[in-house]
Amino acid sequence: MTDTVLRLSHITKRFGALVANDDISLTLKRGEILALLGENGAGKSTLVSILFGHYTADAGQIEVFGQPLPAGDPKAALAAGIGMVHQHFTLADNLSVLENVMMGSESMWQPFTRHRAARERLQEVAQRFGLEVDAQAKVGSLSVGERQRVEILKALYRGARILILDEPTAVLTPQESEALFKVLAQMVAQGLSIIFISHKLAEVLRVSNRVAVLRSGKLVNEASAQGTTQGQLAQWMVGHAIEAPRRHEAGPIGEDVCVLQNVSSGSGRERLNQVSLTLRRGEIVAIAGVSGNGQVALAELLCGTRRAESGHVELLGKELPAAPAQLVELGVARIPEDRHAVGVIGDLPVWENAVSERLHSRSFSRGGWVRRKTARAYAQRVVDAFDVRGGGADSAARSLSGGNMQKLILGRALLHPETNAGAASGSASPTPPNLIIAHQPTWGLDIGAVSYVQAQLIAARDAGAAVLLISDDLDEVLTLGDRVAVMHGGSLTAALPAADWSRESIGLAMAGSASGSHT
Amino acid sequence: MRLEKRNTSSPAALLLAPIGAVLFTLLVASLLVLWAGAPIGRTYGLLLQGGFGSVFALSETLTRAIPLMLTGLAATVAFKARLFNIGAEGQLYVGALAAVAVGGLHDGTGLALPPAVLFVLMMLAAALAGALLLLGPALLKTRLGVDEVVTTLLLNFIVLLLVSLMLDGPMKDPTAMGWPQSVALMGELELSKLIAQTRVHTGLIWGVALAVGLWALLKYSVLGFDIRAVGANARAAEFSGVKVTRTVVLVAMLSGALAGLAGAIEVAGRTSYLTLDMSPGYGYSGIVIAMLAALHPLGVIAASVFVAGVLVGADSMSRAVGVPTYIADVIVAASLIAVLVATLLTQYKVRWK
Repeated sequence: MTDTVLRLSHITKRFGALVANDDISLTLKRGEILALLGENGAGKSTLVSILFGHYTADAGQIEVFGQPLPAGDPKAALAAGIGMVHQHFTLADNLSVLENVMMGSESMWQPFTRHRAARERLQEVAQRFGLEVDAQAKVGSLSVGERQRVEILKALYRGARILILDEPTAVLTPQESEALFKVLAQMVAQGLSIIFISHKLAEVLRVSNRVAVLRSGKLVNEASAQGTTQGQLAQWMVGHAIEAPRRHEAGPIGEDVCVLQNVSSGSGRERLNQVSLTLRRGEIVAIAGVSGNGQVALAELLCGTRRAESGHVELLGKELPAAPAQLVELGVARIPEDRHAVGVIGDLPVWENAVSERLHSRSFSRGGWVRRKTARAYAQRVVDAFDVRGGGADSAARSLSGGNMQKLILGRALLHPETNAGAASGSASPTPPNLIIAHQPTWGLDIGAVSYVQAQLIAARDAGAAVLLISDDLDEVLTLGDRVAVMHGGSLTAALPAADWSRESIGLAMAGSASGSHT
Repeated sequence: MRLEKRNTSSPAALLLAPIGAVLFTLLVASLLVLWAGAPIGRTYGLLLQGGFGSVFALSETLTRAIPLMLTGLAATVAFKARLFNIGAEGQLYVGALAAVAVGGLHDGTGLALPPAVLFVLMMLAAALAGALLLLGPALLKTRLGVDEVVTTLLLNFIVLLLVSLMLDGPMKDPTAMGWPQSVALMGELELSKLIAQTRVHTGLIWGVALAVGLWALLKYSVLGFDIRAVGANARAAEFSGVKVTRTVVLVAMLSGALAGLAGAIEVAGRTSYLTLDMSPGYGYSGIVIAMLAALHPLGVIAASVFVAGVLVGADSMSRAVGVPTYIADVIVAASLIAVLVATLLTQYKVRWK
C-alpha cells in the first residue's frame, strides 16, 4: 500500500459529554479526491482540526506518508505536507499576492526577504497547476475566486502534498466553482491528494472519487462516488429518508405589499445602488448572489436597521419606517442572516428572546413593566408550535442548536401574539404576516431543519404573505423562488419568473456580466 | 494551555468555585501576614472582630458600606449595558458639591423653603449633577464613538480640581481657619442616625432601597430588558427594536445619578461639609464591588458590607498586631481576582495541551 498518503486510525475526540469524533478510521490515496460529507456538527471540522494539529485527539493515530504525525502540532502537519484552505480566507488585504504567499514561510531572523527566488517559485507552482494570479496585485483588489486561488497557492508553495479544502464553493459563483474543479482535477493528476469538505451533495458527487459520510461523530459510510446517488448520500447524512419541501406553484398573486424605487444606500460591500423591486402577496421573490454584494444592506433596509439615502420604499402604501418595532407592528416578519449575532441575544433566556421584538408594544408591556405572565405564555406557544427543542423557556438562547434557534426566530416572527392559543397549529398562523424578510434562513442548518424552514415560508406565502428570500444557495433560490432576481455590486436585476432563468444565466448575473466576460 | 467552553456547569463546580475563591484569598493574605511576623489566627480574629464583632464595629462597617453600595450600584447598572463608567469618583464629588450648594451655601439667607422641600431639592440636585457629568461621555460615545473609559476616568481629575477651586473659593467655609473645606449643610438637612451613639445613618436605608429598586427595574421593566439586551448584544438588541443610543444615554443618567447621590448622602449623613479627601476612592471601589457582586444589585449590598468590613476590621487589627492596613486592599483585590477566575472556571475548563 505505498500509495496511501494519509491514514487516520481510530480517531476519537470528546468535548465533555459530546463525542465529536467516534473511532474514525480513514485513508487517503495518492491522486485521490476524498469528499468529507456531513451536516453541521457531524464532526467534519473537528476531524480536520485534529489532522492539522489544532486539536489533540483523545485516542487514535495519524500517519502521513507512512510516518506517524505528532499530535497537536500544526507546524509538524505543515512540514509533513498537509495544507489547509479555510472557508474564511486568512489573507492580508493590504499586501501583495507574493507577500501573502511568503508570509510565515521565511525565518524571522534573515535580514532580507528573498523576493526574486520566491517569485520564481510561485510562478512555477502556479503554472504547474493552472492557478494563474498576478503576483504583484494587492489581495484587497482581487475577486473572491482569485483570493481562494491565492490561499491554495499559499498551501502549495509550502510544499503541500495533501490539501484540505473547507467548503470551498460556499463563496463562489457556479462558474467560479467550475474553474476550481478544473484546478482540483489538474492537481490530482499531478499526484496531489485532496480532502474536500462540503455539505452540497451534487458537487460532492461531481468532483470526488470517494465519499466519506459522517453523522454525529461517527463514520457511517464510505463509498465510491461513482454509482452513488444524491438520495443515498442524503439518507446516510441524516440517518433517515428526507422529504424535500413540496414545491408548488404560487396561487393567485395579490396586491403590492412593499415597493422599492431606485433605492440607494451605504458604500463598499454593504451598498445598494438604484435598487427597484416589488413584493406582492402570495409570492416568493428570491434574491440570488454571492454574499457581500449588497444583500446585507437590502435586508437591513427592509428590517428597519438601515435608511434609504435616496429613492422610495413603500410598505402597504405608506413610507417604510426605519424602526424595527414599528415594522413588526405592521406585520413584517424578519429572519436575519446571522442568527447568533443578530437574531437572538444569546445570554438572555428563550422566553425573553421570543418576545423581544414586541416587548415595547402593548401586547407584552404596560406602563413600562413587562407583562411576564403573558410574555411567558406566548413564548411557550412559540416553543410548542414551532417545536423548539433543547432547554426550556428559561434556558439561555445560546444553548439552543442552530436549527432550534432558527425555529425560535421563525416562530416569534410568524406567530402573532393576538392569535388565540388553540388556533396555532404550527403551520402558518391565522394572522399571517404581511411581509417576510428571510435572509439566508437555512444557512448552516441540518437537512431536517432546512426543509422545515422552507415549508414554513411556502405555507406563509400560501396564506397570503409577500416573501423576500435572500440566499446565496442557488438551489434554495431555484426551489423556493416564484420570481428570481440577482444581486451584484449593490445592483439588482429585474425579478423574472424562475422559469426564465437558467443556472448559467444566474451564474453570469452573479458575476456581474450579461455577456460572460469576467470582471 | 487553553480554555475550552463547558457545555454545562456542574453543581459541584458552582459550589466549589466560591469556596476556592475564599481559600485563595486567605492563602494570599496569610502569606503577607506571616511576612509581617504576626500570628495568622489572631490577625484574622482581630480583623473579623474589628469589622463585625461588636455593635460599634458593625456600625462603622455599615457607615463605610453606604457610599460603596451606591457607587457599586452606579457601576453595576452601567456595566450591565457595557457602558464602562470609571468616573463614579468624579460624579460622587459633583453630587456632594451640588448638595452643599443647595443645602449649605445660603444657610439662613437664601432659599426660604421648608427643610423637607430643601432636602428633596438637595438630593435631586446631587443626582442631576452626577447624571449630567456622565451625559457628556455617553453622548461622545454614542455619537462619535469616543471611548468612555478614557473620558470618564479623566473627568475625575477635572472634577477634583473644580472641587478644589470651589473649596478655596466661593464655597469656602470662612470659619474653618483656612482649611479648604466647604460651608456645612443646614442642620435640618442632615440624615438622622440609625443607632444612637454611632455614625451609621439612614443613608443605609437609601442604599438598600435603591439596590432593591434597581434589581426590580432590571428584572421586571422594559427599560431593564433594554439595558440587559444592549449589554449582552447591542446588534441583536437593535435588530429586535431596542433604541440602543437612547438606552445607553438613560443608563448613563441613572449611573451618574446613583454616584451623585453617594456624594450627597455622604455629606448629609457623615461629614456635613465637603473636603477634598471625603472619598478615599469610593468611586473606584464601586467597580470592585460591582464585579464582586457579579453585577447583581442585591449582591452589591453584600459585597459592599464585605469590603467595608475588611477595611474597618483591618484598621483595628493593625493597631493591635502591627500588620499594615494595606492588607485590606490586598484581601479585597485578591478576592476580586479569585472570584473572577472562579467564575471563569465554572464556564470554561483548562486543557493542558
